[in-house]
Amino acid sequence: MTDTNELIRLSAARLAEKLRAGEVTSVQVTQAFLDRIAAVDGGERGVNAFLHVNTEEALAVAAEVDAIRAAGGAAAEELHELAGVPIAVKDLIVTIGQPTTAGSKILEGWHSPYDATVVKRLRAAKMPILGKTNLDEFAMGSSTEHSAYGPTRNPWDLDRIPGGSGGGSAAAVAAFEAPLALGTDTGGSIRQPGAVTGTVGVKPTYGSVSRYGAIAMASSLDQIGPVSRTVLDSALLHQVIGGHDPFDSTSLPDPLADLAAAARLGSVDGMKIGIIKELHGEGYQAGVENRFNESLDLLKEAGAEIVEVSCPNFKYALGAYYLIMPSEASSNLAKFDGVRYGLRVLPEEGPLTIERVMGATRAAGFGDEVKRRIILGTYALSAGYYDAYYGSAQKVRTLIQRDFEAAFAQADVLISPTAPTTAFKLGEKLNDPLAMYLNDVATIPANMAGVPGLSLPGGLADEDGLPVGIQLLAPARQDARLYQVGAVLESLLENKWGGPLLAQAPELAGSTETQEAK
Amino acid sequence: MSTDATLSFEEAMEKYDPVLGFEVHVELNTRTKMFSSAPNVFGDEPNTNVNEVDLGMPGVLPVVNRTAVESSIKIGLALNCKIAESCTFARKQYFYPDTPKNFQTSQYEDPIAYDGYLDIELADGTLFRVEIERAHMEEDAGKLTHMGGAAGRIQGADFSLVDYNRSGVPLVEIVTKPIEGAGSRAPELAKAYVAAVREIVKNLGVSDARMERGNVRCDANVSLRPHGRERFGIRSETKNVNSLRAVEHAVRYEIQRHAAVLDSGEPVIQETRHWHEDTRTTTSGRAKSDADDYRYFPEPDLVPIVASREWVEELRATLPEPPAARRKRLQADWGYSDLEFRDVVNAGVMDEIEETIAAGASASVARKWWMGEIVGRAKNADVDPGQLGVRPATIVELNKLVEAGKINNKMASEVLDGVLAGEGTPAEIVEKRGLAVVSDDGPLLEAIDAALAAQPDVAEKIRGGKLQAIGAIVGGVMKATRGQADAARVRELILEKLGVEG
Repeated sequence: MTDTNELIRLSAARLAEKLRAGEVTSVQVTQAFLDRIAAVDGGERGVNAFLHVNTEEALAVAAEVDAIRAAGGAAAEELHELAGVPIAVKDLIVTIGQPTTAGSKILEGWHSPYDATVVKRLRAAKMPILGKTNLDEFAMGSSTEHSAYGPTRNPWDLDRIPGGSGGGSAAAVAAFEAPLALGTDTGGSIRQPGAVTGTVGVKPTYGSVSRYGAIAMASSLDQIGPVSRTVLDSALLHQVIGGHDPFDSTSLPDPLADLAAAARLGSVDGMKIGIIKELHGEGYQAGVENRFNESLDLLKEAGAEIVEVSCPNFKYALGAYYLIMPSEASSNLAKFDGVRYGLRVLPEEGPLTIERVMGATRAAGFGDEVKRRIILGTYALSAGYYDAYYGSAQKVRTLIQRDFEAAFAQADVLISPTAPTTAFKLGEKLNDPLAMYLNDVATIPANMAGVPGLSLPGGLADEDGLPVGIQLLAPARQDARLYQVGAVLESLLENKWGGPLLAQAPELAGSTETQEAK
Repeated sequence: MSTDATLSFEEAMEKYDPVLGFEVHVELNTRTKMFSSAPNVFGDEPNTNVNEVDLGMPGVLPVVNRTAVESSIKIGLALNCKIAESCTFARKQYFYPDTPKNFQTSQYEDPIAYDGYLDIELADGTLFRVEIERAHMEEDAGKLTHMGGAAGRIQGADFSLVDYNRSGVPLVEIVTKPIEGAGSRAPELAKAYVAAVREIVKNLGVSDARMERGNVRCDANVSLRPHGRERFGIRSETKNVNSLRAVEHAVRYEIQRHAAVLDSGEPVIQETRHWHEDTRTTTSGRAKSDADDYRYFPEPDLVPIVASREWVEELRATLPEPPAARRKRLQADWGYSDLEFRDVVNAGVMDEIEETIAAGASASVARKWWMGEIVGRAKNADVDPGQLGVRPATIVELNKLVEAGKINNKMASEVLDGVLAGEGTPAEIVEKRGLAVVSDDGPLLEAIDAALAAQPDVAEKIRGGKLQAIGAIVGGVMKATRGQADAARVRELILEKLGVEG
């Protein structure tokens, strides 16, 4: 039997191979990750990536896969490629049988009566769900510090943020608590955590993965996507969750391309890769900039042509995003009123009218960042302000789409650093929302235009030794290109490092004691 | 509750010119809801016809019901509207517990149907054109029941119950342009307009169109201006006026109330009003201004609805004959006079007569039964004639029994009572109640002998050629046979007996 400490470090693709070959069982694999979670996630200095651990169900699904495999025959043949490979799910995505909190007190203890479409697809593929991962409340934040259940810590440095809002999913994968995870990305919530934790994260083309069952923040920007340690793993997971869903009207009708094949092909020969002039340089940490330039050199050596493109309207993206996102969020979060589910708080004094109960519930149930965005969005949509704020922001969105169209006329794929800095310290930007918002400056344009983006580890910054993310962007519906180019860059970088970047991550306190963990 | 001052309708009309406007909500009878797959069924156990979408659970998304869109296009076409090639939904945001998402998904800037008209026929045959501003799609809210307070009102209630079965039921809201020039016929026009809309949606088959169930609901806007002034006065909006009679009464009442307010020199307050059927008055609801801020914005979870011209034309080809054209055709086919036909229409039995004729009755027989027998019974029972439970086949059978001489008209009426009481088919009731016309001459001759013996002077008169006196003997025989004799046969036998030529 493979050593569990080694097992949890394998990629999902490798685990799947070992499962198919009968070298290891899904119960062994699943138990190994559950042990790891027990060892490193809890306690004062724990990673705190998980809000709920789904031990019983995960092991039951694993045992079912093992039984099918042991029985052989057609049923074993028909098992999905990733059957038996466990996964963690961001707690913004609803699941039957486990609580879904969205990182908020207002949904504490709530159990969804239905599964998100992506969860149905994980179940159909028989992937054991390890549990639900931490996030900024309702996915509003870039550090996971806005979770009502405490921040997640970055496995590279437990005093630093794991990014956000999907810090739980990224940290779980980076800390070897899960080989795969689902995230959601509205302005960078998959890619930025990927960048600062040294993992891979993909925001698919808007509409290519169903949003049904992802608790909405900003409907026109939200997208579910994969989190993993390798580019191929993300491609494999993307294929499980992607494709048309009649329950999501914005879901694309297109059949899904063979993304794993694109990752395995891994070629940049003759490709034009565009550097976005506006998304590096000033405002970007020197170590980030160095790693970015290094990646460009490697791609050039591999046969790609590097060109520079300009997206002059990207400078308005952050401002427009902070009008559209809160506007939609203020509307999407109106349903949390204490009437039908979740928290209900009665006013401490005065009459018990429905308005006052709703008000008291929302005052007690939402955290400050959520309130900040609801107030901002309510204001932006108000009569007399709509045209100036929401209306203008939508126009900016069109301009950003045009910038992308022009850029993709000159390049097959665009490239930039994923985030301007490496992971900052917990608490460092908590009281400075604008500084926090600026962390998403490079990721937001993709959401505004609906195009797909992938972040992969680009190495460690010289000045702080923390992971740097490289972002690739492709035209809408061309997600396959991200995997094709991403796999090349990943392989070039790993050759340079002599192995995966995460092998350089510090050992976590509990990592050698997995055998004793229950 | 204070009562508002009113002017007499006549005086109000002398001084002021009314302007009307209507918002009619039509609930569509689609199998499922506007944005979810939950059943669209009236009257079930509360909160059973719901799924996660109707309850506004976290993470849910709407999906537009294609049949509801088709029904909406059909309504638009029947109202002579243009159909938008592409249109969108928006969110109308307000916090209220009957609205699970705390916003209503509704069309706002670009309705599916717009710029139409409807020609309304008033009771005397006058045609009045009502311009239609728009017909747009939206979803219904849940139903609140306030417990513990007076008269089910929210004020003073201890708690409220919510039934989300109605939440998400597809609605089409039909909005008129301001209706000017109705003058003193405004109340009548109001009723006729709502009746016409109801008739159209029923005829299209897109709604059950039952006002008592809220399938068709009317908000009536009324304002007054002095004669000759162009600018509109300030309007009130009387909500949920849910019967045709109430629409007429509410408009009339509001005209009278506005007139009194204007006469007193006060401005009319722009507000919603509640209609009270018991007192036939309205009371103040909440102040409403055009500045109510619903923070509308385009629904990001739905893509635009594209109605290709081919699709619209396909739907147009399926439209049934418009009600007004149908009435013209039926009157001509049936050969009714204008007066007869109007009575039939006003009694609400045109469809029933059509079905009865289709079942084999002649036009005059069908009218005789429905107008002569059934309408009166329905009135007594306080239901629509069509709801009384008389099937066209019953009438055809009854009429056959009469024509064959098996029963007379008086008996037929009694048999109809039996049918309504659930005693069986006409033939069974004739049998059970022993109602057959007596055609065996034996018992009749006995009765005739007795009658002649009882009134010898009358018998003498008849013998003397005074044939008009025969009625007294016939009457005696009919009485003796409890009306079961065939009067014509009785007359024949009497004349035979007395040896007089008839």
